[in-house]
Amino acid sequence: MYNALVIFKKEMNGYFRSPIAYGLMAFFALIAGWFFYVAVAIFVQRGMEGQMTGRQMPMDVNEWVIRPVLSNLSVVGLFMIPMVTMRLFAEEKRSGTYELLATSPIRDYEIIWGKWLAALALWAVLLAVSLLNIGILFMYGKPDWKPLLVGYLGLLLQGGCLLAIGTFISTTTRNQIVAGVATFAICLLLWILEWVSAYETAAWAKVISYMSVLTHFEPFSKGVIDTKDLIYYLSMIFLGLFLTKRALESVRWRA
Amino acid sequence: MFRTGSRAAYGFAVALVPTHMIKVEGLTKRYDRHVAVDNISFEITKGEIVGFLGPNGAGKTTTMRVLTSFLPPTSGSANVAGYDVVENPMEVKRRIGYLPETPPLYPEMEVGEYLTFVGQLKGIRGPELAKRVDEVAGRCAVKDVKNKLIAKLSKGYRQRVGLAQAIIHNPDVLILDEPTSGLDPKQIIETRELIESLAGDHTIILSTHILPEVEAICKKVIIIARGKLVATDTVENLTARLRGVETVAIEIGSRDGELDSAAAQTKLEQVAGVSRVVHKDAKNARHRFEVESLQGRNIRGDLARAIVEAGWDLNELHTAALSLEEIFLQLTTPEQEVAKHV
Repeated sequence: MYNALVIFKKEMNGYFRSPIAYGLMAFFALIAGWFFYVAVAIFVQRGMEGQMTGRQMPMDVNEWVIRPVLSNLSVVGLFMIPMVTMRLFAEEKRSGTYELLATSPIRDYEIIWGKWLAALALWAVLLAVSLLNIGILFMYGKPDWKPLLVGYLGLLLQGGCLLAIGTFISTTTRNQIVAGVATFAICLLLWILEWVSAYETAAWAKVISYMSVLTHFEPFSKGVIDTKDLIYYLSMIFLGLFLTKRALESVRWRA
Repeated sequence: MFRTGSRAAYGFAVALVPTHMIKVEGLTKRYDRHVAVDNISFEITKGEIVGFLGPNGAGKTTTMRVLTSFLPPTSGSANVAGYDVVENPMEVKRRIGYLPETPPLYPEMEVGEYLTFVGQLKGIRGPELAKRVDEVAGRCAVKDVKNKLIAKLSKGYRQRVGLAQAIIHNPDVLILDEPTSGLDPKQIIETRELIESLAGDHTIILSTHILPEVEAICKKVIIIARGKLVATDTVENLTARLRGVETVAIEIGSRDGELDSAAAQTKLEQVAGVSRVVHKDAKNARHRFEVESLQGRNIRGDLARAIVEAGWDLNELHTAALSLEEIFLQLTTPEQEVAKHV
């Protein structure tokens, strides 16, 4: 495990020594801020409407601000994650440093764990940036923190799953751009699969919709942890990392 | 050389250290359509500097990648420091230092940081790590750029950092792929001196397509071309052999299945004009020889007669297609010209 830590530290260095991490953080802060502003504006407007019409509607910060913000962030994740994973293996293969890793006494899974955990850590840092806005809610109101925590756990798991897929795709090419675009395509596909549930309830539609990452994020955004969603995310992470391992082996055999 | 049988036979035999550091037997590496390395065998003794010589695309890099456990062989075996590259890749990787053709550097790291990272990868821990980093930085003359970003280094410095990472864990075997390619003449000389200074502690294989380089630092040379082993010899012997020599390949058999290769060799050596006879291999009482003579002697007729008169079958006789001379010509391209093309 020490070796995985060595790789982890090296990857974190790679992210924070280059503009990648800062660019993503700035972009994420901007987007999250915008979502937050819009959600709060709608919330305030509804409150005023309620007062004017005299009908008191239940006003819940969790329901009306946090949940839409988290849902939107999960979609933004689909766009950001390819930028986090595209360089992981593609860059090493292009510059030849992969040969150094592959001829060092370190196992494939240690390299994969180190890299994936570093990507996940960067994703966590990005999510932490969005917490700044949520902090404002705590300053002026009393949101329930438990569903909030579950929501962020959901974002982390969804990110981990897409990062695992991105890590795999990064091993299949030496071109970062190709890796990024392909990862984005897969992320997008895993997102829009959910749309089928809007008009079709047949068994096939349920299967398709089950495959979508978004289907499984919904309960988290409501503050619900369901075992079937946990299993989905964890098995997708496992699948992605397993394919990465196989891909590394095949690179060695085909070369 | 100890064969596998003698090594494990008795208790006392276990203590015997094999004298060869690298042993390659019948190594073949096939890609989709072409054969990169074709049935190569050689041995390298501990402490030797061996030049791996061949034109571009001869299969040098592939062979080295097999030796580092980076690529598995299609068939045959390779053994480094007593460990098989396929069965015991971890043990092999612990004992080799490898400098690929392009040094495996991370441009966003500082030199010292990079060497520390590689040291950790190679399994060096604790206070030993800083000591080793310091030592190799001194030895490869990169101490003055230790706090500089690798991205900002010149080509010569990068190559030296590459060498430093290869020796950081003090490996038994050092595998250097074209360590001087792309350097200017002054840097080439510096790099050669550095490699020579490492010779005592490590067994070194370095690949090159420049003959003078081998003459400058290697004691022994392995020549390969188009994936095939052409010659293994000391530099002096090779140079002597290569001056105006013609090679004829023959295969001799006998009907009763019995043929004494030593007797055949002696017989062949007695033919007028023959300067050297090499016994290549034997399969089912068919023996293959390489017979050398001075250029223009045209010994083929005499050879055939001698073999038939001795009562053997002459299965095959032809001028060796892959003549040393031809490869030698490719390899003796002046260094400056090569440098221009790189």
